[in-house]
Amino acid sequence: MRLKLEKRREPSLAMLVATPIASVILTMLIGIVVFDLLGIKGFKAVVDIFLSPLLASYKWQDVALKAAPLIIIALGLSMGNRAQVWNIGAEGQYVIGALCSAGMGMALGQSGGFLVVLLMIAAGVVGGGLWAAVPAWLRTKYNVNEILSSLMLTYVSFQVLGYLVGGPWKDPNGRNFPATAPLADAQTLPVWPESTVHLGVLVALILPFVFWVIMARSEFGYQVRVVGSSATAARHGGFDSKRTIWATMIIGGAMAGLAGGLEFLGVLHKIDLGFASGYGFTAIIVAFLGRLNPFGCLIAGIVLAVTYVGGQMAQSSVHIPNSTAGIFQAMMLFFILASDILVRYRIRVIPSAKAAGV
Amino acid sequence: MGIDFIIAAIITVVGLATPILLAGLGELVVEKSGVLNLGVEGMMLVGAISGFAVTVYTFNPWFGVLGAAAGGALASLLFGVLVLQLNSNQVATGLALTIFGTGISSLMGLSFTGRIVVPFLSVFPDALAKHEYLQLIFGYSPIVYFALIMVPLTTWFLKSTRAGLILRAVGENDLSAHSIGYSVIKVRYAAIAFGGAMAGIGGCYFSMVITPMWAEKMTAGRGWIALALVVFAGWRTGRLLAGAYFFGILMALELYAKASGFSFLPSQFWAAMPYAMTVVALSFISSRGSAGANAPACLGKPFLPST
Amino acid sequence: MTMISRRTLFKGAGAATLATLASPALAEDKVKVGFIFLGPIGDYGWTWAHNKGREAIEAELGDKVETIYVENVAEDASAIPVLRDLAQQGCKLIFTTSYGYMDQTVQVAGEFPDVKFEHCTGFKRADNVSTYNSKFHEGRAVLGTIAGKMSKSGVMGYLGSYKVPEVVLGVNAFALAAQKQNPAAVVKLVLIDSWFDPPKEAAATETLINLGCDIVTTHTDSPGPLQILEQKGLHGFGQGADMSAFAPNAHLTAIEDIWGPYYVERTKALLDGTWASIDTWDGFKEGTVMIAPYSKDVPADVAALADGVQAGYKDGSYDIFTGPIYDQDGALKVKEGEVMALGDLAVMDWFVKGVESAS
Repeated sequence: MRLKLEKRREPSLAMLVATPIASVILTMLIGIVVFDLLGIKGFKAVVDIFLSPLLASYKWQDVALKAAPLIIIALGLSMGNRAQVWNIGAEGQYVIGALCSAGMGMALGQSGGFLVVLLMIAAGVVGGGLWAAVPAWLRTKYNVNEILSSLMLTYVSFQVLGYLVGGPWKDPNGRNFPATAPLADAQTLPVWPESTVHLGVLVALILPFVFWVIMARSEFGYQVRVVGSSATAARHGGFDSKRTIWATMIIGGAMAGLAGGLEFLGVLHKIDLGFASGYGFTAIIVAFLGRLNPFGCLIAGIVLAVTYVGGQMAQSSVHIPNSTAGIFQAMMLFFILASDILVRYRIRVIPSAKAAGV
Repeated sequence: MGIDFIIAAIITVVGLATPILLAGLGELVVEKSGVLNLGVEGMMLVGAISGFAVTVYTFNPWFGVLGAAAGGALASLLFGVLVLQLNSNQVATGLALTIFGTGISSLMGLSFTGRIVVPFLSVFPDALAKHEYLQLIFGYSPIVYFALIMVPLTTWFLKSTRAGLILRAVGENDLSAHSIGYSVIKVRYAAIAFGGAMAGIGGCYFSMVITPMWAEKMTAGRGWIALALVVFAGWRTGRLLAGAYFFGILMALELYAKASGFSFLPSQFWAAMPYAMTVVALSFISSRGSAGANAPACLGKPFLPST
Repeated sequence: MTMISRRTLFKGAGAATLATLASPALAEDKVKVGFIFLGPIGDYGWTWAHNKGREAIEAELGDKVETIYVENVAEDASAIPVLRDLAQQGCKLIFTTSYGYMDQTVQVAGEFPDVKFEHCTGFKRADNVSTYNSKFHEGRAVLGTIAGKMSKSGVMGYLGSYKVPEVVLGVNAFALAAQKQNPAAVVKLVLIDSWFDPPKEAAATETLINLGCDIVTTHTDSPGPLQILEQKGLHGFGQGADMSAFAPNAHLTAIEDIWGPYYVERTKALLDGTWASIDTWDGFKEGTVMIAPYSKDVPADVAALADGVQAGYKDGSYDIFTGPIYDQDGALKVKEGEVMALGDLAVMDWFVKGVESAS
């Protein structure tokens, strides 16, 4: 008896939706078992990580704050991935975007207000887009694999960060600690009263709709999907794949830069050496978990944010180490990547020739 | 700045270059077979904690290195199953491996904080290993010599053996190799496991030689430098060796500049150099398209035979 | 056929979860004191010492007080939800044990006005935020004395993280004390932009050794440098805790951070309602700085000198930051006989003559 993979005529929609859900549930179940083996109360730990943040309303803010950058970045990445453009450098574009926001703020002096904040956000978008333009240029002009170039530039961006916050942009009142001066209140994002939820969360809620409209209804979205399916199809459709590469890379970078700027203006209010907290890489998981669909990214972003927040809660309640959140996220990604095949292929059981009496 | 100074500087550079040489060599073979495994950092960390743990329990660093290789290979097989059997996206799977490896090594390492092992240093007699000049040759951990030997061995394997030829064929045109009758999947599994083992040994260099202890994330991103190194080397072993030492020199330069009080170039400049240079090298390599110095044609693409 | 309807199942699940969430609040007999740590408690360094302080609270006040701690809290925004969690779990006093938690501490303190916060090595206070620090530099003066006497090359290495006042004070105190024993002593400083990076610390130590240092002291958190010194047969000092287990021959002594008495005192103040926001900067005299036992490699006369420095600090007759003190350009910054004020020490950002640094 053998298992045969039979290609489906169309990707199975049922599987597309079921597999991410199944992945999360499977991860939870395995988590319970592993924790119990390690001597930690497995059920409580998994509940704390996956459910408590949703059930405790005071935690929703934390989930929202963590989910917003993940969703925004993932939207940009998923558009690129649909076009077979693999931007792995979102973390670097996030950092550069934030730095550009900070730079714009410094250039505008101590002034604040709506226009200033808008300019700072715009600076972030432009900064991230430009940082992503480099791999785009290298790919279109020199055929350089954008996975590698964007990844390398991420590490270069960390050094740019280190140089700026440790040198020219260091807070003169910060006792030499490498960090920028904290933003004046007038330069921060407005927050929902009585909470820490900043404007960026609203942006993260609206953007999926924007991206859905673009991908599903616009000519550009169609172009992206055609270029992604095959180069020949693209040529026949009259689409310039190079243009698409430029566009999707820059949009991906712009989104990452936007997320960086919003995080700076809305949450951290300063940039220090720990600014790059991994959102750019986690967003790749979000994009996959969300099946590269804008609303999928929205939900997946929330799911991953829950594991982040839950992981922190579980540290103090059940004493699991903070490395666990990463393990869970990786497991969910493993499961969904593994189950990907069920979307495109059907499993058939073939009785062996012997059994059939041949 | 006498001979002693130069010898000591070289020894530091060797220590900096060896882990990335090991991981880079492993990843080079993997990529030659057509697979892109971005999980090097994760595999190195798993190797670091595995090697450390085995050495703690067996008091034998040789077992430790074996344990590190086994740990790295096991971690890589996780990637292998997903990518080869289930055709999952290589980029995402590799990243997941890095995140997973980082987390699982931290978890495994919890019971090892504060413990140390005897550093796995030179096995040559002190007269040679600690000799003023001869230490340049005899003063290193066995892992260093292993790394250096693996370079010509791997080169010979890839260029002169049938298995190596098959591996390269699989990397350049998997469908043709498949139609001739070679098992693309088996070849790639072997390559991936080799890459994992080498990354694991590279990782245990941190926990068994440089600073014989365990600390979370102690490879500090060297896995990513190893990935850069493979590309920088244009997927050629000789260039990989030179590149590893070049990167090692850059890392050492940063520290020497600081310790000597030089501040005309910020330290971040030196730290960024390996990555920036890799991007530049990439541009030269990719645009010229000369055979042998180019990325394997199937790099990163799933193997989808029609049968 | 199961008798549990879906409704009862949901109710049960909801109740169970609510109970899980509510249970911390029910067990209110003991006062809760929370801690956030930068590293793991097993690091045998900075965090280990703070954890010892926490254990001191449990030892002395365990019948009235319960402690909760979270390890590996990064010095970025992720500390904020952790602090909020501790406050929401009922902690009435929270210790935040690293400089990088400063703004987060102040922010969460603003959200929970009746929870008291103690921030280590910072400078921002509020009605419910105290700051506390230890005069580590007094310990560095002891180490510098030993190094000045024992270094044959007269060149000493100092491995630091950032150019923050704590590190600047440390290097300066070390250098000044070494120069008292050997006026030509030189201290090479390398800042590696991290508190904890074992391979980089090791490579930096090798570099310092190759540039002539035969004693290296570390102001970063891993015992990595000591292990390198052990391999090379040289000497060095431990940081935060006695690290002799890592390097039995190289480890001459260490500065030990003793937080216990302060932690117990502040918890008692919380319990009897006398807690107020203060800034504490204690040293040898009050017992927050201690020197680990000297190793066998420290000669008796050097040990006596080192003891003398400690005694001088304890009775107030000794202060390393007494003029004349020159800066790296040779300018006189502190006049002869003048003692630098604590306020100036807290913001010190220049190095004394004899320190070779890249910034």
